[in-house]
Amino acid sequence: MMNCREATRLLSEAQDRKLTLAENVELKFHTMMCSGCRNFGKQMSSLRSFMSDYARPEQDDLRK
Amino acid sequence: MTTVEPTSSTTAAAALLDPEFLKSLRSQMLSFARLQLNDDQQAEDAVQEALAGALKNAASFNRQAALKTWVFSILKNKITDSLRSKYREQEHMLAEADACKNGEELDDQLFNQTGHWHAEERPVEWNAPTRLVHERQFWAVFDACLNHLPAKQARVFMMREFLELTSEEICDAASLTVSNLHVLLYRARVQLRECLENNWFTGPMGASS
Repeated sequence: MMNCREATRLLSEAQDRKLTLAENVELKFHTMMCSGCRNFGKQMSSLRSFMSDYARPEQDDLRK
Repeated sequence: MTTVEPTSSTTAAAALLDPEFLKSLRSQMLSFARLQLNDDQQAEDAVQEALAGALKNAASFNRQAALKTWVFSILKNKITDSLRSKYREQEHMLAEADACKNGEELDDQLFNQTGHWHAEERPVEWNAPTRLVHERQFWAVFDACLNHLPAKQARVFMMREFLELTSEEICDAASLTVSNLHVLLYRARVQLRECLENNWFTGPMGASS
């Protein structure tokens, strides 16, 4: 049974590689039961979205 | 100040030679390059080379892209080249003992002995994160959180998320194994997430958002 430490590692790695079917199934099952890891997964996507906005030079005007 | 974006190769070259436009653009490029390279001289060199390359290739400027975006894409390539040569000069960028200690402390801080969240560390739902791109204060907090990351983690995180290099490219450039890279990226993301949650989403700055 996957714990939160293992789930968060996989949720991070999912940003960098394709998870296996077994990993995906176990992760889905864990996040259905765990709101903390479910939020963590959404936040990994938010971080990527923030970084793509951060990398846009147009955003510089807002950061000044 | 709003800079007017040129729309053709002729005006692109003219804009790059305009002292005011060039000064503003160069300043923005330098701040990006310094953040990534952590070396003023290398940042200056990368920006100079990128601007020279842009001027030389102004004829190929595609009017569908903003000039600034196009010049920044040239800068990204220069930064990537600099990072590659920088890491090749070093044998390995990972001090294993330090990395291990840092990881254990982080694990103990977040998870209990069975590997589940400590109650006070469990991630909460972030309120309307997509609206934040227009919030000046959010970007100040985001910048501070990024700059607070340990240097090695920050560097691979920026290579992945800012330069958009693949895992293989980063491993090649930084002499890392894939599993080491995943560990560094995991720690960077966990700490960045934690910092944003504490200082924006549940902190005084984000209470009103």
